[in-house]
Amino acid sequence: MSVNVLAATEDPYIPGPSSFDLPPIFGEGTIVTKPMVQIVLFAVLAFAFLYFASRKRALVPGKLQYVGEAGYGFVRNSLGRDIIGSHDFQKFVPYLVSMFFLLLFNNWAAAIPFFQFPTFSRAGLVYGLALISWLVYNGVGIKKHGLGGYLKLQCMPSGVTGPILLLIVPLEFFSNIVVRPVTLALRLFCNMFAGHLLLILFAMGGYWLIFQSGVLGYVPVGILAWVLFTAIFFLELLIQFLQAYVFTLLNAMYIAGALADEH
Amino acid sequence: MDGNLNMIGYGLAAIGPGIGIGLIFAAYINGVARQPEAQSRLQTIAILGFALAEALAIIGIALAFVL
Repeated sequence: MSVNVLAATEDPYIPGPSSFDLPPIFGEGTIVTKPMVQIVLFAVLAFAFLYFASRKRALVPGKLQYVGEAGYGFVRNSLGRDIIGSHDFQKFVPYLVSMFFLLLFNNWAAAIPFFQFPTFSRAGLVYGLALISWLVYNGVGIKKHGLGGYLKLQCMPSGVTGPILLLIVPLEFFSNIVVRPVTLALRLFCNMFAGHLLLILFAMGGYWLIFQSGVLGYVPVGILAWVLFTAIFFLELLIQFLQAYVFTLLNAMYIAGALADEH
Repeated sequence: MDGNLNMIGYGLAAIGPGIGIGLIFAAYINGVARQPEAQSRLQTIAILGFALAEALAIIGIALAFVL
């Protein structure tokens, strides 16, 4: 550690919501930013992965085909068949698989050097996904039950009669139709946002303590911060996978709820 | 010393979901210990419960920044 580095005291970089406002890539005046590039790039990569994994369809799978089949089977069985039910899960498998892999690739972009930014920590992109999900589960419900039957299914829990319905029906409508896409979007967005913020905080905090604070006693604390940064990085890998899983799981559950027959 | 009172509020608000998630996984571990063959079914339910309880903490952190 050289003395002149330690001597200089600089202001710390304070991470905050503004850390996520990235400048346009191609200079001022253009509108394309990093998350926009990432979502397209990783959608293409997810497609390429699934395409090349399923292209040969050999009886004895190679490595790539094995990974692809394991991922596909995971989504199909644990998310599709177990939740939507073996009767009509088949037609939702493509939707669920593409949703899951799009989310997984984009979330794990936060762990790839040079990208290191979770695409869905920009709320606008998540709202788009939640809108698709909202249209799908309401669409299949209305298609199966008709508009009246679907609203009855979502808003009137079976077995409830009498004046209490005046209270239950608006609440259920609010919870099942209005709030659902919002919580779905916020869950993914805030997990990515908070996780990335935590990583910035530990990385830049450690950097300030070691190189910029000018106090020798802060250096061990800064090293501890970087050790914690590494640990949280691996925790984030797990959370990024889990959020892709949970988003797709909730999609499947909403579809299952919309398709359910009256009890 | 300056800072934002929102963050203290968020720390307090995170206690609830913390306890909730602990209870969910305690019940999940109990269930699997008693009946290991039910793990795959319990896992989905546990993760769903986890996601719903976590939503409170997540809404909290969003509001802590926004308000």
